[in-house]
Amino acid sequence: MQQRRGISSFFFDRLLPVGTVVAFLLVLWYGFAMLLNAPFERDQAARANAEISTSQLIQNTLSQDRPVLPAPHQVADEIWKTTALKKITSKRSLVYHGWITISSTLLGFAMGTALGILLAVLIVHSRVLDKSLMPWIITSQTIPILAIAPMIIVVLNAVNISGLLPKALISAYLSFFPVAVGMVKGLRSPDLMHLDLMRTYNASRSQVFWKLRWPSAVPFLFTSMKVAVAISLVGAIVGELPTGAVAGLGARLLTGSYYGQTIQIWSALIAAAVVAAVLVTLVDLVSRIVMKRMGMVR
Amino acid sequence: MSVVIDAKDLDLTFQTNDGPVHALSNINLQVETGEFVSFIGPSGCGKTTLLRVIADLEKPTGGTISVNGVSPEQARLARAYGYVFQAAALYPWRTIGGNISLPLEVMGISKAERAELIRKNLELVNLTGFDKKFPWQLSGGMQQRASIARALSFDPDMLLMDEPFGALDEIVRDHLNEQLLKLWAQTKKTVVFVTHSIPEAVFLSTRIVVMSPRPGRIHEIIDCNLGDDRPLDIRETPEFLEIAQQVREGLRQGHSYDD
Repeated sequence: MQQRRGISSFFFDRLLPVGTVVAFLLVLWYGFAMLLNAPFERDQAARANAEISTSQLIQNTLSQDRPVLPAPHQVADEIWKTTALKKITSKRSLVYHGWITISSTLLGFAMGTALGILLAVLIVHSRVLDKSLMPWIITSQTIPILAIAPMIIVVLNAVNISGLLPKALISAYLSFFPVAVGMVKGLRSPDLMHLDLMRTYNASRSQVFWKLRWPSAVPFLFTSMKVAVAISLVGAIVGELPTGAVAGLGARLLTGSYYGQTIQIWSALIAAAVVAAVLVTLVDLVSRIVMKRMGMVR
Repeated sequence: MSVVIDAKDLDLTFQTNDGPVHALSNINLQVETGEFVSFIGPSGCGKTTLLRVIADLEKPTGGTISVNGVSPEQARLARAYGYVFQAAALYPWRTIGGNISLPLEVMGISKAERAELIRKNLELVNLTGFDKKFPWQLSGGMQQRASIARALSFDPDMLLMDEPFGALDEIVRDHLNEQLLKLWAQTKKTVVFVTHSIPEAVFLSTRIVVMSPRPGRIHEIIDCNLGDDRPLDIRETPEFLEIAQQVREGLRQGHSYDD
Protein backbone atom coordinates (compact mmCIF):
# COMPACT_ATOMS: atom_id res chain seq x y z
CA MET A 1 0.00 0.00 0.00
CA GLN A 2 1.13 3.50 -0.74
CA GLN A 3 2.51 5.35 2.23
CA ARG A 4 0.38 8.32 3.21
CA ARG A 5 1.93 11.27 4.93
CA GLY A 6 1.00 14.15 7.26
CA ILE A 7 -2.57 15.34 7.50
CA SER A 8 -3.75 12.94 4.86
CA SER A 9 -2.34 9.97 6.81
CA PHE A 10 -3.93 11.24 10.03
CA PHE A 11 -7.26 11.56 8.25
CA PHE A 12 -7.24 8.16 6.56
CA ASP A 13 -5.53 6.09 9.26
CA ARG A 14 -7.03 7.57 12.43
CA LEU A 15 -9.95 9.91 11.87
CA LEU A 16 -11.77 7.98 9.20
CA PRO A 17 -12.03 4.61 10.96
CA VAL A 18 -12.75 6.14 14.36
CA GLY A 19 -15.19 8.63 12.87
CA THR A 20 -17.05 5.90 11.02
CA VAL A 21 -17.56 3.92 14.21
CA VAL A 22 -18.68 7.01 16.12
CA ALA A 23 -21.14 7.95 13.37
CA PHE A 24 -22.52 4.41 13.33
CA LEU A 25 -22.96 4.43 17.12
CA LEU A 26 -24.72 7.81 17.00
CA VAL A 27 -27.17 6.56 14.38
CA LEU A 28 -27.82 3.47 16.47
CA TRP A 29 -28.26 5.62 19.59
CA TYR A 30 -30.78 7.91 17.86
CA GLY A 31 -32.67 4.87 16.55
CA PHE A 32 -32.98 3.35 20.00
CA ALA A 33 -33.89 6.71 21.57
CA MET A 34 -36.84 7.02 19.17
CA LEU A 35 -37.85 3.42 19.66
CA LEU A 36 -37.67 3.44 23.45
CA ASN A 37 -39.20 6.87 23.99
CA ALA A 38 -42.08 6.40 21.51
CA PRO A 39 -44.45 4.37 23.81
CA PHE A 40 -44.65 7.30 26.27
CA GLU A 41 -45.54 9.72 23.48
CA ARG A 42 -48.19 7.37 22.09
CA ASP A 43 -49.64 7.01 25.59
CA GLN A 44 -49.83 10.76 26.00
CA ALA A 45 -51.51 11.14 22.65
CA ALA A 46 -53.98 8.37 23.46
CA ARG A 47 -54.84 9.95 26.79
CA ALA A 48 -55.46 13.30 25.16
CA ASN A 49 -57.48 11.53 22.47
CA ALA A 50 -55.33 13.18 19.87
CA GLU A 51 -53.78 11.91 16.68
CA ILE A 52 -50.04 12.34 16.46
CA SER A 53 -48.16 12.51 13.18
CA THR A 54 -45.03 10.46 12.69
CA SER A 55 -42.81 13.51 12.32
CA GLN A 56 -44.26 15.04 15.45
CA LEU A 57 -43.75 11.73 17.28
CA ILE A 58 -40.10 11.56 16.28
CA GLN A 59 -39.55 15.14 17.27
CA ASN A 60 -41.12 14.54 20.66
CA THR A 61 -39.13 11.39 21.38
CA LEU A 62 -35.90 13.36 21.03
CA SER A 63 -36.83 16.20 23.36
CA GLN A 64 -38.42 14.63 26.43
CA ASP A 65 -37.53 15.93 29.88
CA ARG A 66 -37.08 12.47 31.37
CA PRO A 67 -36.63 10.14 28.46
CA VAL A 68 -36.06 6.41 28.87
CA LEU A 69 -33.02 6.91 26.67
CA PRO A 70 -31.93 10.51 26.13
CA ALA A 71 -30.80 11.46 22.63
CA PRO A 72 -27.10 12.27 22.09
CA HIS A 73 -27.70 15.97 21.56
CA GLN A 74 -29.59 16.17 24.89
CA VAL A 75 -26.64 14.60 26.70
CA ALA A 76 -24.18 16.84 24.86
CA ASP A 77 -26.27 19.88 25.81
CA GLU A 78 -26.35 18.78 29.48
CA ILE A 79 -22.59 18.20 29.54
CA TRP A 80 -21.99 21.63 28.00
CA LYS A 81 -24.27 23.29 30.54
CA THR A 82 -22.68 21.53 33.52
CA THR A 83 -19.07 22.02 32.48
CA ALA A 84 -18.52 25.17 30.48
CA LEU A 85 -21.44 27.21 31.80
CA LYS A 86 -21.06 26.41 35.52
CA LYS A 87 -18.35 27.59 37.90
CA ILE A 88 -16.17 24.64 38.74
CA THR A 89 -16.77 25.17 42.45
CA SER A 90 -20.52 24.78 41.95
CA LYS A 91 -22.14 21.60 43.26
CA ARG A 92 -23.84 21.30 39.88
CA SER A 93 -20.61 21.41 37.90
CA LEU A 94 -19.58 18.14 36.31
CA VAL A 95 -15.96 19.31 36.50
CA TYR A 96 -16.28 19.61 40.30
CA HIS A 97 -17.70 16.11 40.61
CA GLY A 98 -15.30 14.72 38.08
CA TRP A 99 -12.31 16.12 39.96
CA ILE A 100 -13.46 14.53 43.23
CA THR A 101 -13.69 11.16 41.52
CA ILE A 102 -10.36 11.61 39.74
CA SER A 103 -8.53 12.50 42.97
CA SER A 104 -9.71 9.39 44.80
CA THR A 105 -9.05 7.32 41.66
CA LEU A 106 -5.45 8.52 41.50
CA LEU A 107 -4.84 8.02 45.23
CA GLY A 108 -6.32 4.51 45.05
CA PHE A 109 -4.38 3.74 41.88
CA ALA A 110 -1.11 4.80 43.51
CA MET A 111 -1.81 2.70 46.61
CA GLY A 112 -2.96 -0.28 44.54
CA THR A 113 0.07 -0.15 42.26
CA ALA A 114 2.45 0.07 45.22
CA LEU A 115 0.70 -2.83 46.97
CA GLY A 116 0.66 -4.90 43.77
CA ILE A 117 4.38 -4.39 43.20
CA LEU A 118 5.17 -5.21 46.83
CA LEU A 119 3.15 -8.43 46.71
CA ALA A 120 4.75 -9.46 43.41
CA VAL A 121 8.26 -8.89 44.78
CA LEU A 122 7.45 -11.00 47.87
CA ILE A 123 5.88 -13.76 45.79
CA VAL A 124 8.77 -13.96 43.32
CA HIS A 125 11.34 -14.19 46.10
CA SER A 126 9.60 -16.63 48.41
CA ARG A 127 8.17 -19.98 47.49
CA VAL A 128 6.19 -20.03 50.75
CA LEU A 129 4.54 -16.69 49.99
CA ASP A 130 3.90 -17.79 46.41
CA LYS A 131 1.94 -20.77 47.70
CA SER A 132 0.19 -18.92 50.53
CA LEU A 133 -0.53 -15.45 49.09
CA MET A 134 -1.52 -16.17 45.51
CA PRO A 135 -4.77 -18.03 46.29
CA TRP A 136 -5.89 -15.17 48.56
CA ILE A 137 -5.05 -12.58 45.94
CA ILE A 138 -7.22 -14.41 43.44
CA THR A 139 -10.01 -14.99 45.97
CA SER A 140 -10.03 -11.29 46.83
CA GLN A 141 -11.24 -10.52 43.34
CA THR A 142 -14.08 -13.05 43.33
CA ILE A 143 -15.92 -11.06 46.03
CA PRO A 144 -18.30 -8.65 44.29
CA ILE A 145 -17.04 -5.12 44.87
CA LEU A 146 -20.63 -3.86 45.15
CA ALA A 147 -21.04 -6.01 48.24
CA ILE A 148 -17.81 -5.08 49.92
CA ALA A 149 -17.70 -1.36 49.11
CA PRO A 150 -20.52 -0.24 51.46
CA MET A 151 -18.98 -2.27 54.27
CA ILE A 152 -15.60 -0.62 53.86
CA ILE A 153 -17.24 2.82 53.84
CA VAL A 154 -19.39 2.04 56.89
CA VAL A 155 -16.60 0.44 58.91
CA LEU A 156 -14.18 3.28 58.18
CA ASN A 157 -16.86 5.85 58.98
CA ALA A 158 -17.27 4.19 62.37
CA VAL A 159 -13.61 4.89 63.11
CA ASN A 160 -13.96 8.43 61.80
CA ILE A 161 -12.24 7.94 58.48
CA SER A 162 -14.27 9.48 55.72
CA GLY A 163 -13.88 11.44 52.53
CA LEU A 164 -11.19 10.57 50.05
CA LEU A 165 -9.48 7.64 51.77
CA PRO A 166 -12.29 5.06 51.97
CA LYS A 167 -13.05 5.50 48.27
CA ALA A 168 -9.38 5.32 47.42
CA LEU A 169 -9.14 2.08 49.41
CA ILE A 170 -11.83 0.52 47.23
CA SER A 171 -9.91 1.65 44.15
CA ALA A 172 -6.75 0.17 45.61
CA TYR A 173 -8.57 -3.07 46.42
CA LEU A 174 -9.47 -3.44 42.75
CA SER A 175 -6.31 -2.10 41.15
CA PHE A 176 -3.64 -3.99 43.10
CA PHE A 177 -4.74 -7.22 41.44
CA PRO A 178 -3.71 -6.69 37.81
CA VAL A 179 -0.47 -5.09 38.98
CA ALA A 180 0.37 -8.01 41.30
CA VAL A 181 -0.39 -10.64 38.64
CA GLY A 182 1.35 -8.70 35.87
CA MET A 183 4.43 -8.02 37.97
CA VAL A 184 4.77 -11.62 39.10
CA LYS A 185 4.87 -12.55 35.44
CA GLY A 186 7.18 -9.63 34.63
CA LEU A 187 9.67 -10.32 37.41
CA ARG A 188 9.81 -13.93 36.26
CA SER A 189 10.21 -12.99 32.60
CA PRO A 190 14.02 -12.80 32.32
CA ASP A 191 15.19 -15.77 30.32
CA LEU A 192 17.50 -18.42 31.69
CA MET A 193 20.52 -17.09 29.81
CA HIS A 194 20.19 -13.65 31.40
CA LEU A 195 19.86 -15.25 34.84
CA ASP A 196 22.82 -17.57 34.22
CA LEU A 197 24.87 -14.57 33.19
CA MET A 198 24.22 -12.93 36.57
CA ARG A 199 25.18 -16.19 38.23
CA THR A 200 28.53 -16.26 36.42
CA TYR A 201 29.18 -12.77 37.87
CA ASN A 202 28.28 -14.08 41.32
CA ALA A 203 25.64 -11.33 41.59
CA SER A 204 23.67 -10.96 44.82
CA ARG A 205 19.88 -11.35 44.96
CA SER A 206 19.34 -7.63 45.14
CA GLN A 207 21.69 -7.05 42.18
CA VAL A 208 19.74 -9.62 40.16
CA PHE A 209 16.56 -7.82 41.15
CA TRP A 210 17.59 -4.26 40.33
CA LYS A 211 19.74 -4.98 37.29
CA LEU A 212 17.69 -7.73 35.69
CA ARG A 213 14.26 -8.56 37.13
CA TRP A 214 13.02 -5.01 37.60
CA PRO A 215 13.96 -3.67 34.15
CA SER A 216 12.54 -6.83 32.52
CA ALA A 217 9.26 -6.28 34.35
CA VAL A 218 8.77 -2.66 33.29
CA PRO A 219 6.76 -3.43 30.12
CA PHE A 220 4.53 -5.75 32.18
CA LEU A 221 4.12 -3.05 34.82
CA PHE A 222 2.78 -0.53 32.34
CA THR A 223 0.39 -3.00 30.73
CA SER A 224 -1.06 -3.83 34.15
CA MET A 225 -1.17 -0.17 35.15
CA LYS A 226 -3.37 0.59 32.14
CA VAL A 227 -5.91 -1.96 33.37
CA ALA A 228 -5.43 -0.84 36.98
CA VAL A 229 -6.11 2.85 36.35
CA ALA A 230 -9.37 2.05 34.55
CA ILE A 231 -10.68 -0.18 37.34
CA SER A 232 -9.50 2.34 39.92
CA LEU A 233 -12.01 4.71 38.38
CA VAL A 234 -14.72 2.06 38.62
CA GLY A 235 -13.75 1.53 42.27
CA ALA A 236 -13.96 5.24 43.03
CA ILE A 237 -17.39 5.54 41.41
CA VAL A 238 -18.68 2.46 43.24
CA GLY A 239 -17.24 3.91 46.45
CA GLU A 240 -19.24 7.09 45.95
CA LEU A 241 -22.58 5.32 45.76
CA PRO A 242 -23.00 4.40 49.45
CA THR A 243 -21.52 7.63 50.85
CA GLY A 244 -24.90 9.27 50.72
CA ALA A 245 -24.21 10.60 47.27
CA VAL A 246 -22.50 13.79 48.40
CA ALA A 247 -20.08 14.39 45.57
CA GLY A 248 -18.35 12.72 42.67
CA LEU A 249 -19.46 11.13 39.39
CA GLY A 250 -20.93 8.20 41.35
CA ALA A 251 -23.05 10.68 43.31
CA ARG A 252 -24.29 12.21 40.05
CA LEU A 253 -25.32 8.76 38.89
CA LEU A 254 -27.14 8.06 42.15
CA THR A 255 -28.99 11.40 42.42
CA GLY A 256 -29.83 11.10 38.77
CA SER A 257 -31.49 7.76 39.37
CA TYR A 258 -33.28 9.02 42.56
CA TYR A 259 -35.00 11.74 40.58
CA GLY A 260 -35.34 9.98 37.27
CA GLN A 261 -32.90 12.41 35.65
CA THR A 262 -31.77 10.13 32.88
CA ILE A 263 -30.03 12.94 31.05
CA GLN A 264 -27.92 13.62 34.15
CA ILE A 265 -27.11 9.90 34.48
CA TRP A 266 -25.98 9.66 30.89
CA SER A 267 -23.88 12.78 31.04
CA ALA A 268 -22.16 11.45 34.17
CA LEU A 269 -21.60 8.14 32.36
CA ILE A 270 -20.08 9.88 29.36
CA ALA A 271 -17.93 12.00 31.67
CA ALA A 272 -16.69 8.84 33.43
CA ALA A 273 -15.85 7.26 30.07
CA VAL A 274 -13.92 10.36 29.01
CA VAL A 275 -12.02 10.42 32.31
CA ALA A 276 -11.16 6.71 31.92
CA ALA A 277 -9.94 7.28 28.37
CA VAL A 278 -7.80 10.23 29.46
CA LEU A 279 -6.27 8.30 32.38
CA VAL A 280 -5.45 5.25 30.27
CA THR A 281 -3.96 7.51 27.58
CA LEU A 282 -1.80 9.25 30.18
CA VAL A 283 -0.44 5.95 31.50
CA ASP A 284 0.22 4.91 27.91
CA LEU A 285 2.07 8.15 27.26
CA VAL A 286 4.29 7.70 30.32
CA SER A 287 4.87 4.10 29.24
CA ARG A 288 6.01 5.22 25.79
CA ILE A 289 8.39 7.80 27.21
CA VAL A 290 9.93 5.36 29.70
CA MET A 291 10.23 2.56 27.12
CA LYS A 292 11.85 4.94 24.68
CA ARG A 293 14.38 5.97 27.31
CA MET A 294 15.10 2.33 28.06
CA GLY A 295 15.73 1.72 24.37
CA MET A 296 12.93 -0.83 24.21
CA VAL A 297 10.99 1.04 21.50
CA ARG A 298 12.56 1.16 18.09
CA MET B 1 52.24 -24.33 31.82
CA SER B 2 49.90 -25.21 34.60
CA VAL B 3 46.67 -27.12 34.57
CA VAL B 4 43.59 -24.88 34.63
CA ILE B 5 40.84 -27.42 34.27
CA ASP B 6 41.23 -30.91 35.64
CA ALA B 7 38.30 -33.32 35.35
CA LYS B 8 38.51 -36.92 36.60
CA ASP B 9 35.83 -39.57 36.00
CA LEU B 10 33.21 -36.84 35.77
CA ASP B 11 29.60 -38.02 35.68
CA LEU B 12 26.36 -36.11 35.43
CA THR B 13 22.87 -37.58 35.40
CA PHE B 14 19.80 -35.36 35.08
CA GLN B 15 16.62 -36.54 36.77
CA THR B 16 13.80 -35.74 34.38
CA ASN B 17 10.13 -36.67 34.21
CA ASP B 18 11.02 -39.26 31.58
CA GLY B 19 13.54 -40.87 33.89
CA PRO B 20 17.26 -40.24 34.34
CA VAL B 21 19.31 -38.84 31.45
CA HIS B 22 22.99 -39.68 31.44
CA ALA B 23 24.41 -36.39 30.15
CA LEU B 24 28.09 -36.90 30.97
CA SER B 25 29.86 -40.17 31.54
CA ASN B 26 33.41 -40.83 32.63
CA ILE B 27 34.92 -37.53 31.48
CA ASN B 28 38.68 -37.19 31.92
CA LEU B 29 40.17 -33.97 30.66
CA GLN B 30 42.99 -31.59 31.45
CA VAL B 31 43.24 -28.11 30.00
CA GLU B 32 46.40 -26.08 30.43
CA THR B 33 46.95 -22.34 30.65
CA GLY B 34 46.72 -20.54 27.34
CA GLU B 35 45.21 -23.45 25.43
CA PHE B 36 42.34 -23.12 22.99
CA VAL B 37 40.27 -26.26 23.47
CA SER B 38 37.15 -27.01 21.44
CA PHE B 39 34.40 -29.48 22.32
CA ILE B 40 32.79 -30.86 19.19
CA GLY B 41 30.01 -33.36 18.76
CA PRO B 42 26.38 -33.77 17.74
CA SER B 43 23.58 -32.32 19.86
CA GLY B 44 23.00 -34.37 23.00
CA CYS B 45 26.70 -35.28 23.39
CA GLY B 46 26.98 -33.17 26.55
CA LYS B 47 29.44 -30.58 25.21
CA THR B 48 27.42 -27.67 26.52
CA THR B 49 26.74 -29.51 29.78
CA LEU B 50 30.47 -30.05 30.28
CA LEU B 51 31.10 -26.35 29.73
CA ARG B 52 28.36 -25.53 32.22
CA VAL B 53 29.92 -27.87 34.77
CA ILE B 54 33.23 -26.02 34.38
CA ALA B 55 31.32 -22.75 34.87
CA ASP B 56 29.50 -24.11 37.95
CA LEU B 57 26.15 -23.67 36.22
CA GLU B 58 25.56 -27.45 36.65
CA LYS B 59 26.75 -29.71 39.46
CA PRO B 60 28.31 -33.04 38.52
CA THR B 61 26.83 -36.14 40.16
CA GLY B 62 30.08 -38.08 40.19
CA GLY B 63 33.84 -37.70 39.84
CA THR B 64 35.91 -34.64 40.59
CA ILE B 65 36.69 -31.43 38.77
CA SER B 66 38.91 -28.53 39.67
CA VAL B 67 39.18 -25.15 38.00
CA ASN B 68 42.29 -23.09 38.76
CA GLY B 69 43.10 -25.64 41.44
CA VAL B 70 39.85 -25.07 43.33
CA SER B 71 36.25 -26.24 42.93
CA PRO B 72 34.21 -24.74 40.07
CA GLU B 73 32.08 -22.91 42.62
CA GLN B 74 35.08 -21.26 44.26
CA ALA B 75 36.41 -20.43 40.81
CA ARG B 76 33.10 -18.83 39.91
CA LEU B 77 33.05 -16.84 43.14
CA ALA B 78 36.60 -15.71 42.32
CA ARG B 79 35.32 -14.66 38.87
CA ALA B 80 37.80 -16.86 37.09
CA TYR B 81 35.99 -16.95 33.77
CA GLY B 82 33.89 -14.94 31.33
CA TYR B 83 31.02 -16.83 29.73
CA VAL B 84 29.71 -16.26 26.21
CA PHE B 85 26.34 -17.79 25.38
CA GLN B 86 24.84 -19.07 22.13
CA ALA B 87 22.90 -15.84 21.81
CA ALA B 88 24.52 -12.50 22.59
CA ALA B 89 22.20 -12.23 25.63
CA LEU B 90 22.71 -8.49 25.85
CA TYR B 91 20.23 -6.72 28.13
CA PRO B 92 17.99 -4.82 25.69
CA TRP B 93 17.44 -1.86 28.04
CA ARG B 94 21.16 -1.22 28.36
CA THR B 95 23.34 0.40 25.73
CA ILE B 96 26.36 -1.54 24.48
CA GLY B 97 28.51 0.40 26.94
CA GLY B 98 25.97 -0.32 29.67
CA ASN B 99 26.07 -4.03 28.91
CA ILE B 100 29.84 -4.18 29.17
CA SER B 101 29.56 -2.19 32.37
CA LEU B 102 27.13 -4.76 33.87
CA PRO B 103 29.65 -7.27 35.30
CA LEU B 104 31.84 -4.39 36.44
CA GLU B 105 28.92 -2.82 38.32
CA VAL B 106 28.10 -6.17 39.92
CA MET B 107 31.71 -6.44 41.01
CA GLY B 108 31.70 -2.96 42.49
CA ILE B 109 34.26 -1.33 40.21
CA SER B 110 34.37 2.48 40.30
CA LYS B 111 32.73 4.55 37.58
CA ALA B 112 35.96 5.99 36.23
CA GLU B 113 37.55 2.57 36.00
CA ARG B 114 34.43 1.19 34.33
CA ALA B 115 34.56 3.88 31.64
CA GLU B 116 38.18 3.01 30.93
CA LEU B 117 37.47 -0.74 30.78
CA ILE B 118 34.47 -0.20 28.47
CA ARG B 119 36.63 1.83 26.11
CA LYS B 120 39.45 -0.70 26.19
CA ASN B 121 37.26 -3.75 25.59
CA LEU B 122 35.19 -2.12 22.85
CA GLU B 123 38.44 -1.39 21.09
CA LEU B 124 39.51 -5.01 21.56
CA VAL B 125 36.46 -6.25 19.61
CA ASN B 126 36.51 -3.37 17.09
CA LEU B 127 33.36 -1.71 18.35
CA THR B 128 34.82 1.66 19.30
CA GLY B 129 32.16 4.35 19.07
CA PHE B 130 29.21 2.00 19.57
CA ASP B 131 28.95 2.34 23.35
CA LYS B 132 25.87 4.63 23.19
CA LYS B 133 23.96 2.34 20.80
CA PHE B 134 21.28 -0.07 21.95
CA PRO B 135 21.71 -3.77 21.08
CA TRP B 136 18.92 -3.80 18.48
CA GLN B 137 20.79 -1.13 16.54
CA LEU B 138 23.66 -3.59 15.94
CA SER B 139 23.90 -6.59 13.60
CA GLY B 140 23.99 -10.11 15.03
CA GLY B 141 27.76 -10.37 14.61
CA MET B 142 28.37 -7.03 16.29
CA GLN B 143 26.09 -8.02 19.16
CA GLN B 144 28.08 -11.21 19.69
CA ARG B 145 31.32 -9.20 19.64
CA ALA B 146 29.83 -6.90 22.27
CA SER B 147 29.00 -9.94 24.37
CA ILE B 148 32.63 -11.12 24.06
CA ALA B 149 33.76 -7.68 25.17
CA ARG B 150 31.42 -8.03 28.15
CA ALA B 151 32.90 -11.43 29.04
CA LEU B 152 36.42 -10.00 28.83
CA SER B 153 35.68 -6.73 30.61
CA PHE B 154 36.72 -7.87 34.09
CA ASP B 155 39.83 -9.58 32.72
CA PRO B 156 39.13 -13.19 33.70
CA ASP B 157 41.82 -15.85 33.11
CA MET B 158 39.50 -17.98 31.11
CA LEU B 159 36.91 -17.53 28.37
CA LEU B 160 34.13 -20.14 28.17
CA MET B 161 32.24 -19.94 24.88
CA ASP B 162 29.11 -21.96 24.15
CA GLU B 163 28.56 -22.06 20.36
CA PRO B 164 28.99 -18.29 20.26
CA PHE B 165 28.80 -18.03 16.47
CA GLY B 166 26.23 -20.78 15.89
CA ALA B 167 23.44 -18.38 15.02
CA LEU B 168 25.47 -16.29 12.57
CA ASP B 169 25.86 -16.68 8.84
CA GLU B 170 29.06 -18.18 7.47
CA ILE B 171 30.60 -14.96 6.21
CA VAL B 172 30.21 -13.24 9.56
CA ARG B 173 31.34 -16.40 11.30
CA ASP B 174 34.60 -16.56 9.29
CA HIS B 175 35.29 -12.96 10.11
CA LEU B 176 34.64 -13.45 13.83
CA ASN B 177 36.77 -16.60 13.89
CA GLU B 178 39.70 -14.60 12.59
CA GLN B 179 39.08 -11.86 15.12
CA LEU B 180 38.78 -14.36 17.94
CA LEU B 181 42.15 -15.86 17.03
CA LYS B 182 43.77 -12.42 17.12
CA LEU B 183 42.10 -11.73 20.43
CA TRP B 184 43.36 -15.01 21.83
CA ALA B 185 46.90 -14.28 20.67
CA GLN B 186 46.68 -10.79 22.17
CA THR B 187 45.20 -11.70 25.55
CA LYS B 188 46.78 -15.14 26.11
CA LYS B 189 43.62 -16.35 27.78
CA THR B 190 42.62 -19.97 28.11
CA VAL B 191 39.61 -20.54 25.84
CA VAL B 192 37.15 -23.42 26.03
CA PHE B 193 34.95 -23.35 22.98
CA VAL B 194 31.87 -25.42 22.18
CA THR B 195 30.99 -25.85 18.52
CA HIS B 196 29.34 -28.21 16.07
CA SER B 197 31.34 -26.97 13.11
CA ILE B 198 34.40 -29.03 12.12
CA PRO B 199 36.17 -26.25 10.16
CA GLU B 200 35.61 -23.83 13.02
CA ALA B 201 37.07 -26.24 15.56
CA VAL B 202 40.11 -27.06 13.43
CA PHE B 203 40.72 -23.44 12.51
CA LEU B 204 40.62 -22.14 16.08
CA SER B 205 41.85 -24.85 18.40
CA THR B 206 45.07 -26.18 19.82
CA ARG B 207 43.19 -29.32 20.85
CA ILE B 208 39.86 -30.71 19.76
CA VAL B 209 37.78 -32.84 22.11
CA VAL B 210 35.53 -35.11 20.03
CA MET B 211 32.45 -36.10 22.00
CA SER B 212 29.75 -38.68 21.32
CA PRO B 213 26.18 -38.97 22.54
CA ARG B 214 24.10 -41.30 24.74
CA PRO B 215 25.72 -41.17 27.20
CA GLY B 216 27.74 -37.99 26.60
CA ARG B 217 31.42 -38.95 26.69
CA ILE B 218 34.80 -38.04 25.25
CA HIS B 219 35.56 -40.18 22.24
CA GLU B 220 38.94 -38.81 21.30
CA ILE B 221 41.17 -35.81 21.86
CA ILE B 222 42.95 -34.57 18.73
CA ASP B 223 46.00 -32.31 18.79
CA CYS B 224 45.62 -29.53 16.32
CA ASN B 225 48.33 -26.97 16.18
CA LEU B 226 48.43 -25.16 12.88
CA GLY B 227 50.83 -22.53 14.21
CA ASP B 228 50.30 -19.02 15.41
CA ASP B 229 49.68 -17.40 12.05
CA ARG B 230 46.44 -18.76 10.69
CA PRO B 231 44.88 -16.88 7.79
CA LEU B 232 41.47 -18.11 6.57
CA ASP B 233 43.22 -19.67 3.52
CA ILE B 234 44.82 -22.23 5.80
CA ARG B 235 41.59 -24.16 5.50
CA GLU B 236 42.60 -25.21 1.97
CA THR B 237 45.92 -26.71 3.08
CA PRO B 238 46.48 -30.49 3.33
CA GLU B 239 47.39 -30.24 7.05
CA PHE B 240 44.10 -28.57 7.82
CA LEU B 241 42.09 -31.04 5.74
CA GLU B 242 43.85 -33.95 7.35
CA ILE B 243 42.91 -32.85 10.86
CA ALA B 244 39.36 -32.12 9.70
CA GLN B 245 39.24 -35.65 8.27
CA GLN B 246 40.50 -37.03 11.58
CA VAL B 247 37.76 -35.18 13.48
CA ARG B 248 35.10 -36.41 11.07
CA GLU B 249 36.37 -39.95 11.43
CA GLY B 250 36.27 -39.59 15.22
CA LEU B 251 32.70 -38.36 15.06
CA ARG B 252 31.73 -41.29 12.84
CA GLN B 253 33.33 -43.84 15.19
CA GLY B 254 31.47 -42.15 18.06
CA HIS B 255 28.21 -42.90 16.21
CA SER B 256 27.55 -39.22 15.69
CA TYR B 257 26.18 -39.84 12.22
CA ASP B 258 23.87 -42.69 13.26
CA ASP B 259 20.17 -42.09 13.06
